[in-house]
Amino acid sequence: MERRTIFPGRAFPILLVLPQLLLTFVFFLWPAGQAIWSSMTRADPFGIRTTFVGTENFYDLFTDPLYRDSIGRTLVFCVAVSVLSMGVALLLAVCADREIRGRGWYRIMLIWPYAVAPAVAAVLWILLLHPQIGLIGRWLNRHGVPWDYKLNGLQAMSVVIGASAWKQVSYNFIFFLAGLQSIPRAVIEAARMDGAKGWFRFRTMVLPLLMPTVFFLIVVNLVYAAFDTFGTIQALTQGGPGKATETLVVKVFRDGLINLDVGGSSAQSVVLMLGVIVLTAVQFRFLSRRTDS
Amino acid sequence: MHRRTLLAGAAALAASPAALPATAWAQAASKTKVVFWHAMTGANGDEINRIARDFNASQSGVEVEPIFKGSYPETLTAAIAAWRAGQAPHIAQIYEVGTGSMLAAGPAVKQVWQLAQDTGLKIDPATYLPAVRGYYSLVDGRMASMPFNSSTGVMWYNKDAFEMAGLDPEKAPVTWAEFATAARALKEKWAVPTMAKSGGQELMATTTSWFAWIQLEEYSAIHNLPFATKADGFEGLDTELKFNAAPQVKQLQMLLELARDGAFKYTGRDNTPDPVFYSGQTAIGFGSSAGRADIVRNAKFKWAAAMLPYDPAVIQQPNNTIIGGASLWTMTTPTRKPEEYKAVAQFLQFLAQPENDTLYHQHTGYVPVTLGGYELSQKQGYYEKNPGADIAIKSLTRGTVTENSRGLRLGRLPEIRNIVYEEVEKALQGQQNAQAALDSAVARGNRVLREFEKSVRT
Amino acid sequence: MRRIDWPAHVVLLLGVALFILPLWLVLAGSTQDSAAISRGELSLIPRLSGLHVYADILSQGSPGAGPVWRMLLVSGAMALTIAIGKIVISILSAYAVTFFRFPFRMAAFWTIFITLMLPVEVRIVPTYSVMSDLGLINTFPGLTIPLIASATATLLFRQTFLVIPDELVEAARMDGAGPWRFFKDILIPVSSSNLAALFVILFVYGWNQYLWPLLVATTPQLDTIVIGIVKMIGTETQTEWNRVMATAVLALLPPVAVVILMQRWFVRGLTDGEK
Repeated sequence: MERRTIFPGRAFPILLVLPQLLLTFVFFLWPAGQAIWSSMTRADPFGIRTTFVGTENFYDLFTDPLYRDSIGRTLVFCVAVSVLSMGVALLLAVCADREIRGRGWYRIMLIWPYAVAPAVAAVLWILLLHPQIGLIGRWLNRHGVPWDYKLNGLQAMSVVIGASAWKQVSYNFIFFLAGLQSIPRAVIEAARMDGAKGWFRFRTMVLPLLMPTVFFLIVVNLVYAAFDTFGTIQALTQGGPGKATETLVVKVFRDGLINLDVGGSSAQSVVLMLGVIVLTAVQFRFLSRRTDS
Repeated sequence: MHRRTLLAGAAALAASPAALPATAWAQAASKTKVVFWHAMTGANGDEINRIARDFNASQSGVEVEPIFKGSYPETLTAAIAAWRAGQAPHIAQIYEVGTGSMLAAGPAVKQVWQLAQDTGLKIDPATYLPAVRGYYSLVDGRMASMPFNSSTGVMWYNKDAFEMAGLDPEKAPVTWAEFATAARALKEKWAVPTMAKSGGQELMATTTSWFAWIQLEEYSAIHNLPFATKADGFEGLDTELKFNAAPQVKQLQMLLELARDGAFKYTGRDNTPDPVFYSGQTAIGFGSSAGRADIVRNAKFKWAAAMLPYDPAVIQQPNNTIIGGASLWTMTTPTRKPEEYKAVAQFLQFLAQPENDTLYHQHTGYVPVTLGGYELSQKQGYYEKNPGADIAIKSLTRGTVTENSRGLRLGRLPEIRNIVYEEVEKALQGQQNAQAALDSAVARGNRVLREFEKSVRT
Repeated sequence: MRRIDWPAHVVLLLGVALFILPLWLVLAGSTQDSAAISRGELSLIPRLSGLHVYADILSQGSPGAGPVWRMLLVSGAMALTIAIGKIVISILSAYAVTFFRFPFRMAAFWTIFITLMLPVEVRIVPTYSVMSDLGLINTFPGLTIPLIASATATLLFRQTFLVIPDELVEAARMDGAGPWRFFKDILIPVSSSNLAALFVILFVYGWNQYLWPLLVATTPQLDTIVIGIVKMIGTETQTEWNRVMATAVLALLPPVAVVILMQRWFVRGLTDGEK
């Protein structure tokens, strides 16, 4: 998608992007280059001995059946987290955008949970869900529900998906709300959701106008689920039981920051990076075609 | 106008913290500064600050500055990043499972024996508990890093629960067979769902923290079984895991059977099961001796500590247990001057003095690392006032240290533990038997060891 | 006044409940006995007698960490710098790639865009060495500058700018508005709700940073509130849970203030409503 109307001038726009590009080069591209280089080497953590090994790290990864399993698991996890957090957020945003009493209050209540420090959020989940000391976990067990995510893989996966999605709902809510706010009132009024007809109107009138926000959030949520969920998973299940909740990023962090396997973790980062780039590029194509027509 | 003042305020705020370090540095300019990166939080973090204050007050030439650098893995990562940038701290606290990586760090560190050679630091390895210094020494006995906070695996038990189950609360199980009998009795008579006493809590007879460390690494050490070849890795990087032998399989098998019968419950990895014991939901909980402070403060029942059980069919005279915790490594930078290393040596010597060692032991849940520190605590009557506080030391000093009970010298040990957890969890879910679980853990762990070997060999 | 919109209220109240439970737990926990929290015996009813913990942590700090007010100050300065820096840099670059044609325009956009996909973990060691070469370790700029580059914000602004009607741009040009006036008088007001949303998000992002400040700052004076909280959560030693939770509550106040402040921007103005 391109804009038709454009301003003339070359030096001015270049001046405008320069600061961003400069930071990008220094803090992203340079490190990324180093990561790609490291992915083709075998090195000790201190970088004292480094040998070039070509594609060996990648070969090792893809011949490991356990790694291939975690690719599938990661896809499920990312999609589940994105759909859950975006769905809930959109529903809440549509309601909070209506002309109802107390909407200022609702908004504050729905936005500020985003500010809970991750370190505390992790503790909270344990205090809530832990089978033995958690408020909800204990309640479930007392009432005959065999709640034990330390040994039940399915429960463990649900727990990490739920906790990861929870953290992202506020984020999505803010942007959906902002997106809805920039849609002309008349369109929203026309699409007031009164039953099935309202849903149809919402889908045909509001949703297309919300598409830029939706696209933006799909990218952000996928990236979030793929990269920023390490802390949550580590605090709750550490990837277990077995490998039930070990997503790719858990493995990258563990190999990189705990096992200090520079080459192996760099190779995994490169794979992860390529994966997300491909996914977003596909979306980019797909969505711009739809918005164009 | 309104907006402008807001921004100006932001800029002023932004500027102020930057100005602070400069003043802090100015004060200490005349002294040799020793930067000490650590991973201690809460009261233990305060204790590090207390030690630094005491040391700084004890002399006038050196100023130790302790800095918190996150969890153990984060501190290690920070130290590596800093060393690569030529900004390493003088001292870094590194957890015991990182010892393998640090020993392969070559020029990045100055091992204790080198430091002693260069600075005249007087550190006699013989003054340390053998089980403690062994973990951090080379095969020939030269010390590589300075033992610091150390603990070992112990068995905590709930005396009230023992009484209710008709067990003698003054007699903890000594062998694994006795443990299994006790576990079943506790399951029958104490961990009953209808029990009014439980206050709506789910009770479980027994559980364990640190499954990989306590049920496998400690188990192997106590029974004088090799965890890995080449003297548990001390004698070569080409070491291979050996913990799938008959006795270890039997131990796992026993736990699996107890779990099946509801007399043992798996409640998570590492130390996450700790609260299950002090909240009173389990009668026996294996854990680190360092968890004592937490139990003292939180448990609302009578409890005691005992040494880890052993199996007389495997060994008659059980070995010492091995340590967990961390040690202090001296790090280098290209511009570090000899007097800075001297200052480091001075601080390490301060830590090694019995009175300081014993103070640290009594203020935290860690064991004294020197024999002198232990004797001093005994003389002061500390263990009479705090019964059970010396179980860890007794357990560490039992028998003579063998090559199987000195500790583990394996690269990427955290990953090996992780593999053990994964395979054991699969066994507990009934997906594989004990033998298959340990065979698989050994095979996967060996691949990790080979990868590490290749990465540190020139 | 219209009739009460019941379905919306029900949905919103459920949503609020979903979020409030964990937060209520922190609030209630901050007033309770630390040992009870460790055992998992957390009550949902706050104990008024435990409120003194707030005075305690503000004045003397907690085991392992310094006084809370200083950490709040560092966090606030850091979050503001990062949020404002990110917004300024991103809105300018998004403006350039959307409204101008220049060589390597799309290359520039994609370069910025793919950085979104670079996990922190691979960047940390190289970034650290760059900052150290620049002599910025343990300084406030070192703390903030690497966090200012933002692909997310650029992407969001680009998305917003793409759907601005051509007529609006044409009309502005007819009026003789130059690129800068167009940017100032039309683009900024049009994207105000997104700006507000972004500011809230980025402020919190900056506020909650942990790993980078931990690595780059080596003096307790540069400790942020999040580092403070982590320092207070003891491993192998008892944790003063009520203090941790009280600190967490205080740590929430500035982001809440930001949300309230930004509310105004979220509410559609009169002119908007009439279009």
